[in-house]
Amino acid sequence: MGHTLAEKIIAAHVLNGREEVWPGDLVEVSVDLVMANDITAPIAIREFEKLGVRRVFDPEKVVLVADHFVPNKDIKSAEQCAQMRRFAQEMGIPNYFDVGRMGIEHVLLPEQGLVAPGDLVVGADSHTCTYGALGAFATGMGSTDIAVAMATGQVWLRVPETLRVVYCGELRPWVGGKDLILYTIGVIGVDGARYMALEFVGPVVDALSMDGRFTMANMAIEAGGKAGLFVCDQVTRAYLNGRVRRPYREHQPDPDAHYARVLEIDVSAIEPQVAFPHLPERTCPVSQVGEVRIDQAVIGSCTNGRLEDLRVAATILRGRRVHPDVRCIVIPGSQAVYLEALREGLIETFIEAGAAVSTPTCGPCLGGHMGILAAGERAVSTTNRNFRGRMGHVDSEVYLAGPAVAAASAVAGRIISPDAL
Amino acid sequence: MAISGTVWKYGDNVDTDVIIPARYLNLSTPEELAQHCMEDLDAGFVAKVKAGDIIVGGENFGCGSSREHAPLAIKGAGVACVVARSFARIFYRNAINIGLPILECPQVVDETESGDRLTIDLRAGTIVNERTGRTYHVAPLPEFIMGIVQSGGLVPYTIKRLQGKIG
Repeated sequence: MGHTLAEKIIAAHVLNGREEVWPGDLVEVSVDLVMANDITAPIAIREFEKLGVRRVFDPEKVVLVADHFVPNKDIKSAEQCAQMRRFAQEMGIPNYFDVGRMGIEHVLLPEQGLVAPGDLVVGADSHTCTYGALGAFATGMGSTDIAVAMATGQVWLRVPETLRVVYCGELRPWVGGKDLILYTIGVIGVDGARYMALEFVGPVVDALSMDGRFTMANMAIEAGGKAGLFVCDQVTRAYLNGRVRRPYREHQPDPDAHYARVLEIDVSAIEPQVAFPHLPERTCPVSQVGEVRIDQAVIGSCTNGRLEDLRVAATILRGRRVHPDVRCIVIPGSQAVYLEALREGLIETFIEAGAAVSTPTCGPCLGGHMGILAAGERAVSTTNRNFRGRMGHVDSEVYLAGPAVAAASAVAGRIISPDAL
Repeated sequence: MAISGTVWKYGDNVDTDVIIPARYLNLSTPEELAQHCMEDLDAGFVAKVKAGDIIVGGENFGCGSSREHAPLAIKGAGVACVVARSFARIFYRNAINIGLPILECPQVVDETESGDRLTIDLRAGTIVNERTGRTYHVAPLPEFIMGIVQSGGLVPYTIKRLQGKIG
């Protein structure tokens, strides 16, 4: 019997040279990249120091990104960043990204060519699964796992079963990667892929841009998934060209691989999706949302802070004004995205429309800063989680959507489809 | 390793944002984090919980973020064990890695109420509800994971491994 994409990548990394792995196996694997950020690195560094090792296993394979509470939102955050900065210096870690050179980690790492197909990546951030878009097995872990991975270059894994999702049909206008993944989570639920790898295939994803694929892989965790994988193809290779300068290995799932479940989704009937508070599975087609007035629209994050997302938002905001009752906050996902958006005139469009444009940061997505909600306030957001209190006060609400719906809603003052503007 | 404590019961999908809201992620010690444990789900939790108490949750406990601050806050608040119908995978790893015992046992969850007293024997894999008198048997942890737990967490386990005491 054959193997899924996740099984093949894990098998290629198993220590002691096993040729095959099967779901349920507990294995120890070598990692190609280890990542932490300004809120998870401090605990990882503390645990690393307890291990009594003096150096990280390979400074080239450790990445540290200051992105969550930066530019430093308060003194404690500044101290956390300072601690991470010192550690990067002491360990001689070249891939340390600070304010002015950084991006939101999951936008930044692929952009910098740090992840390649076939890689096994672990990161102290749940959205590390984003790199599955490149055909890498990438998964989020906690700080202690990352401390051990930084010290040894190894982690233990339970080989996941795989849920294969096949997308067929024709995409409707304004429907993108965000709508596909929200729809999928709506079907399988927030624990529908718990402990599993998701494998996204079919003609619709074959035709999807890299930015759309990153968005989908990013939210695998919102279905409880360990990873969300795409097969490397010509779209991937075009993206990697000029970014990744080392050899890499493309894996393909076997035709006779065993899947825990195969789900076929005809996208032809899917409208832009909106996930109601307080779970990403509470999805609804935008035409069925009803009257939901909003106080804030956030366009950005590791889910939807890439150039294509900003282009979609700008298409809608161009020549229009943000509703007087709405604060619209646009956050490019990286300095490179920001600069290109500036060159294309997108930033000018946002500012002319009455939106605020921020330096890259995770900021409001997790209720850190740069757009916190008061009690009773509501936001439509292109981010990935709408848990209770996620963006601020425990009595505030977050509605998840793609950049098209978020931008249209910013103009209308309520959640609507761009077609209804 | 026997645990005996009062139950605090919550529903399905208790996420890491309610266990420890992100506004406190500029803190990193268990003691500081414990002051805000479960704050957005049960604001009085920290004042009520006593050392040795037990959290009982539904499906997908600990879903969401990879923040280790979540099990650290729970452990720091004095909670001795979390029993749930199921756990989100990152939370599961994090709890094992920091030495917070967690058990999957749907039947206990269904038949336990807040305020009950549970006695848990991790080695024997038994849970007793003192109110109902019922005893439940829990599937043992895989041997590899038990090795981490018995070492006191992933860091002491790795130290032993680095010293060549574990294969």
